[in-house]
Amino acid sequence: MNRSISSIPPVVEARGISKKFVDRFAVDHLDLVVPARVCFGLLGPNGAGKTTTLRMIYGVTRPTDGTIRVFGMDIGRHLRAVRSRLGVTLQQNVLIEVLSPKENLLVFGRYHLLREPELSRRVEELIDFLELRSHADVPVRQLSGGFQRRLAVALSLVNRPELLILDEPTTGLDPAVRLALWSRIRELRAAGTTVLITTHYMDEAQRLCDQVAIVSAGRVIAAGAPAELITTRLAPEAVEFDCTPGEETALLDGVAAGRRLRIGGRLMVYLDDATDLIERVRRHDQGDRRPIIVRSTNLEDVYLSLTGTGLEVNP
Amino acid sequence: MSISLPYALAVWRRNAVMYKRTWKWNILPNFFEPVLYLLSIGIGVGAYISEIGGTSYIAFLAPGLVCVAAMNGASFEVTYNIYVRLVFEKTYDAMLTTPIEPDDVLAGEVLWAVTRAGVYGGCFFIVLLIFGLAPWPSSLWVIFVIPLTGLLFAAIGMVFSLRIPNIDMFSFYFTLFLTPLFLFSDVFFPLEERLSGAWLWVAEALPLLHPVRLARASFNGEFSVTVVWDFAYTLGMSVLLLLWARRGVRDRLTN
Repeated sequence: MNRSISSIPPVVEARGISKKFVDRFAVDHLDLVVPARVCFGLLGPNGAGKTTTLRMIYGVTRPTDGTIRVFGMDIGRHLRAVRSRLGVTLQQNVLIEVLSPKENLLVFGRYHLLREPELSRRVEELIDFLELRSHADVPVRQLSGGFQRRLAVALSLVNRPELLILDEPTTGLDPAVRLALWSRIRELRAAGTTVLITTHYMDEAQRLCDQVAIVSAGRVIAAGAPAELITTRLAPEAVEFDCTPGEETALLDGVAAGRRLRIGGRLMVYLDDATDLIERVRRHDQGDRRPIIVRSTNLEDVYLSLTGTGLEVNP
Repeated sequence: MSISLPYALAVWRRNAVMYKRTWKWNILPNFFEPVLYLLSIGIGVGAYISEIGGTSYIAFLAPGLVCVAAMNGASFEVTYNIYVRLVFEKTYDAMLTTPIEPDDVLAGEVLWAVTRAGVYGGCFFIVLLIFGLAPWPSSLWVIFVIPLTGLLFAAIGMVFSLRIPNIDMFSFYFTLFLTPLFLFSDVFFPLEERLSGAWLWVAEALPLLHPVRLARASFNGEFSVTVVWDFAYTLGMSVLLLLWARRGVRDRLTN
């Protein structure tokens, strides 16, 4: 099984890519390999270079340095051939507001030179796949944000892409729409589509992605399967509670700084066994028991420990 | 980078789909506008002018106004509409996730602007035919002048629209560029009779002058050597400006 997967060449292979804008590097010697048929998450704070990286992969931004191969082809030289085989959902929906979802899909299908009857057949499939049927003929401007987002995803699927690029697909969506989109993404992946997704939601990445790369200041600072990243980077139990820096010093004597994360008044501590710490806090509090959360360490902990919790780094 | 006609047509088709929804309402002003001009200036002002360039004033006015209609048709499309698609609707960002390239976007949009010029200019021409102001059959040559005018003003507008910092700049384009062209390009009076010496050469730089002379030559059925120059200017200038616009489109859509 393993051997058969590794024998398929990667769908995206970016080596040492950089992009310089005037005086700053948006992407700085970034390496990225997206294997075929996986869901790959590109994670990182705002301004880390995720969107620029995606734009370089589908050939709209030219790298200042480095090489990018998509489907084994140099993107700079085979732009049309590569783009005919991929689909992109942009961060901001680009829909024709006076037209209906169906008409939007027809227009977009023609961008890929789809002809009738194949065009209409594909449009009907996508209307069903993304559950757009109820408002398929209503002008887009009258539709909810969740509906519009599903339509935007449908547009990027019109050419049956082998690689689907999703730039923050679920930002601003309600939980039901998010779950529905996740399930569609899983179905696509199961059917053999390679998915490259950027997100700020670590629960999304953890549930959806086979592999992730965490990007900060234009570089990949960690990569791997989410579960593997969690176990190699942090201890399995996370303890969360509010405490002052003074209390922290008293309570966490002997716990290495690398196992702690402070966000304002909130402290998170990562341990193999949380029992001792909980008892210590309870003893310290005596009768006045503060709320303590004990949970499994997740991808968000890893992300925050790697990218930092300060807001000043990436304005 | 290369132009692919099927992809350019897909860009054209997008605009056509949207226009198809509103054309019944949009096309009506195209008929009223020329009628108003002909009534007010042609018949009103014309009543005080016995003869101009060997014809009645209204007959002098007619061919020039066909070009003005074509100019306006193309200009609205490549100014406000292009800018909205470029900056607000991000239409081209979506197109560039498909095999469509910036060159196709430019070709498709210019083709669409020429189409709109054809609709505007064509409506005007039909009104002239109905009023008996377009000599049959020589005036039919204007059918070639209309898209040529559209091409030239699509190219000029494109270069401008791709380089301006904000949408407010279009008011300059219309009031300080298109309106003076409209007023001083042989449409209302023959420049040759009002200007002399070096000014006549300066006037040759005015882009609308050349299509207007071509249209008038069609209506009069008199083709002189000037026609070759006017045709060469209109086509040559269009090509040069489109090459410039090509760089502009690439710079705006990719980086």
